[in-house]
Amino acid sequence: MFKVSVYVTPKRGVVDPQGAVVERALPGLGHTTAGNIRVGRYITLEVEGSDPEKAKADVDDMCRRLLANPIIEDYRFEITAGDASAKEGN
Amino acid sequence: MTAGRVRFGVVVFPGSNCDYDACHVLSTFPEADPYYLWHKDHDLKAADCVILPGGFSYGDYLRTGAIARFSPIMQEVAAFANAGGLVLGICNGFQILTEAHLLHGALRRNRGLRFLCMPVYLRVERTDTPFTRCLEAGQVIQVPINHFEGNWTAGAERLQEIERQNLVAFRYCDADGQVAEAANPNGATDNVAGIVNENANVLGMMPHPERVCEDILGGTSGRGIFQSLLDTVLERRGA
Repeated sequence: MFKVSVYVTPKRGVVDPQGAVVERALPGLGHTTAGNIRVGRYITLEVEGSDPEKAKADVDDMCRRLLANPIIEDYRFEITAGDASAKEGN
Repeated sequence: MTAGRVRFGVVVFPGSNCDYDACHVLSTFPEADPYYLWHKDHDLKAADCVILPGGFSYGDYLRTGAIARFSPIMQEVAAFANAGGLVLGICNGFQILTEAHLLHGALRRNRGLRFLCMPVYLRVERTDTPFTRCLEAGQVIQVPINHFEGNWTAGAERLQEIERQNLVAFRYCDADGQVAEAANPNGATDNVAGIVNENANVLGMMPHPERVCEDILGGTSGRGIFQSLLDTVLERRGA
């Protein structure tokens, strides 16, 4: 079994209305140092099996077809199994 | 005309809420025979045209339209569309069609993060489609929008291709038909309010034509779209 963390973020160059609104709100709290705010989604899941390569391929397929919309979003994920851990980006 | 009335299958997803409006409006056209299709159906029941109505299918979880796209009936809808069948997606229906890759682009949250419920003006960009043949080129129609995620966009290369192939059916404009940034309610790229696919047998649009089909509700400017579909099907049958 693998534990998976998926990070979905707006593609670079794609306008991020949520990030823009958060960025405009922070100065109201006195925070004038923050910029380039992008709001995404963090998804955790568990994947059955013992083959890390298969798990990576499966998660990549899940990301591409459902968890992210590749037209407007990028994704990357981290997979950990027991003590061993492997990181995969995209 | 040879055959009977034109069959409109209106798909009902869990969370659809404009399905009754669509069926009701179609029932005011004597030539139309509207009926509901449940999202778990595997049969379009001899539809001449499929309508994906507005609403909040699957609670808009994950992304608008992302889950509905995998409903059983969407396999049938995709096969129907790919074979040239007429498919109209309104609001959430448009979002589902982009997630299903039956139309280009994606719908993001509105610029300014406000849910928008208001009348807008649309300029008719295409009149050579089965959805717009009863409209006039450059005609300005007033139609309401009612959405949080109507901010359409596509990748830069895709945008060029969309313009080159002239796939934009409607753009947000002002009352005089000027496509200006000030008339863009949600931040959609190039003021796009509705697009068709390459064969122009699939249309997706954020505004709600079914809400302006009766004088008692403030206008009839949406009727031209449904009349266009009726004329198209009846003409094909008569040919």
